[in-house]
Amino acid sequence: MLELTGITAGYDRRAPVVRGAHLALRPGESLGLLGPSGCGKSTLARVAALLHRPDRGTVTLDGRAVTGYRHRAPRDLRTSVGVVFQQPRLAADPRLRLRDLVAEPLRATGRRTEADAAVAELTERVGLGRDLLTRRAHEVSDGQLQRACLARALILRPRWLVCDEMTAMLDASTTAALVRVVEEYRADTGAGLLAVGHDPVLLARWCDRTTHWDEIVDGTVKD
Amino acid sequence: MTRHHPADAAGVRPAGPAPAGDPGPAGSGTGPGAPVLAVDGLSVRFRMRAGRHVEAVTGASFRLAPGECLALVGESGCGKSVLASALLGLLPGNAETAGSARLADGLDLLAADERTLARTVRGRRVGLVPQSPAAHLTPVRTIRAHLEETVRELVRPAVPAPRGRLRGDALRAAAEAAAERAAFPAGHLDRYPHELSGGLAQRAATALALVGDAPLLLADEPTTGLDRELVHRTVDELRAHTRDVGRALLMITHDLAAAERIADTVAVMYAGRIVELAPAAAFFGAPGPRHPYAAGLLDALPERAFTPIPGAPPELGALPPGCAFAARCARADDACRAERPALTEGVACHHA
Ligand code: SF4
Repeated sequence: MLELTGITAGYDRRAPVVRGAHLALRPGESLGLLGPSGCGKSTLARVAALLHRPDRGTVTLDGRAVTGYRHRAPRDLRTSVGVVFQQPRLAADPRLRLRDLVAEPLRATGRRTEADAAVAELTERVGLGRDLLTRRAHEVSDGQLQRACLARALILRPRWLVCDEMTAMLDASTTAALVRVVEEYRADTGAGLLAVGHDPVLLARWCDRTTHWDEIVDGTVKD
Repeated sequence: MTRHHPADAAGVRPAGPAPAGDPGPAGSGTGPGAPVLAVDGLSVRFRMRAGRHVEAVTGASFRLAPGECLALVGESGCGKSVLASALLGLLPGNAETAGSARLADGLDLLAADERTLARTVRGRRVGLVPQSPAAHLTPVRTIRAHLEETVRELVRPAVPAPRGRLRGDALRAAAEAAAERAAFPAGHLDRYPHELSGGLAQRAATALALVGDAPLLLADEPTTGLDRELVHRTVDELRAHTRDVGRALLMITHDLAAAERIADTVAVMYAGRIVELAPAAAFFGAPGPRHPYAAGLLDALPERAFTPIPGAPPELGALPPGCAFAARCARADDACRAERPALTEGVACHHA
């Protein structure tokens, strides 16, 4: 289970963008979370990916309450969640070659020796040609870079995936291709998915069920 | 095709300063009743290291009539943003262009020098609605300050004023009127860009683009990152600022739903070329797209089959000799691989 209970979070304690959010995903389930831009759903996605410490509330991952976030999260918890963001440019060091970008999580966890085989397999899955792997992030298109970011998110074979507006910048074909990669991965591994977005047609087509932001927060404070 | 392929040295000229004052041909395509924008054989290539070239746009031709909205669609890297930059004179120094892009009065945007573009084109004859308004607006200045500055620059007072500029109350009133035109709420004029929602930031940017009353609006991915409702509102508003008042709108987008909502004409770009140019109703409805790439793109929509086109587009620096889509096309044959199909009667495909 991935459970978020009573999450209040933001960048300014006096004005949190998320107030009292609740979410629960069963293992292997996919949930689409819909909300307008600026509602706080990206912040909640970062909390679910253990990248942002909430001011209040708890995150429970497969029965364990999360006590640390970012580099303070226990490694086995941190690596059990893969995350893909909306803007690949902000999520990737522009100087890294795509090959190294994809392998980054393996290196960071001391599993460098597995990198070559894993990178070859995953980049093929996401549809990145071999010739692109030696390019640096700033030398490829948004679509190509997002493919690499998805491969990076999958390389540690996480049990959970958090996709925050993964396809918002992409054309229809690349969108369908990346969603297919995620679904094939989930069919293989039984991983669960939290897909955050603003397109109801896309999320309904993609996920087992969808929920709206208003349904998961208690008493939203709107300005 | 009679025009120069950009790989030929002839017909290619460096971007940036070029002789000004090219009045354009006196005959066809200028004067009253002329298209707001006539693009003919527009090509852009980038000089890279080791004498390599990247052909970002090749031989694009289309026309925009007053009141018409043309959506230029395609995936990232297909050349559509480069085309927009070429029209605004915002290409980097290693770019070379060929062809022409003439406004109704004959001015060729590709031949105009930076001074002409800055003083008489951007904002005045071509209004730009940018991709991410929040990034386009200066963070330390209020929306009112932005509008007043643009009005001061672009709007001439009705009665003679010192140095021909609007000032004081007249300036304030003109800026407020500009905000109102784009439905930007007066109560938010003294806010800073970061204090606005995505929708209001987009309206602020639209208000700025409308100040100069340009006959052509160029919107570069105006809906990226906006939620559906806001996409609808944004494009509907852009449409209202064009169709109703005889302006033309060139919308560059990867969002097919946004294009379907407001476009009269659709141009599909693939690997730097326009591969289909069609009335929007026929393209999105019956009989549907004619080019296999365009058909694949529509089929990829979650409203439709949600099936991706297999493979990936070719590198613009290493295009195959024949049809650039051949490697991904179910109907490709030897003819497709050998010869590049020209755009004839709205489609560039040997088997359409
Ligand atoms: S020319 Fe041939 S390869 Fe190209 S789109 Fe048409 S059928 Fe496909």
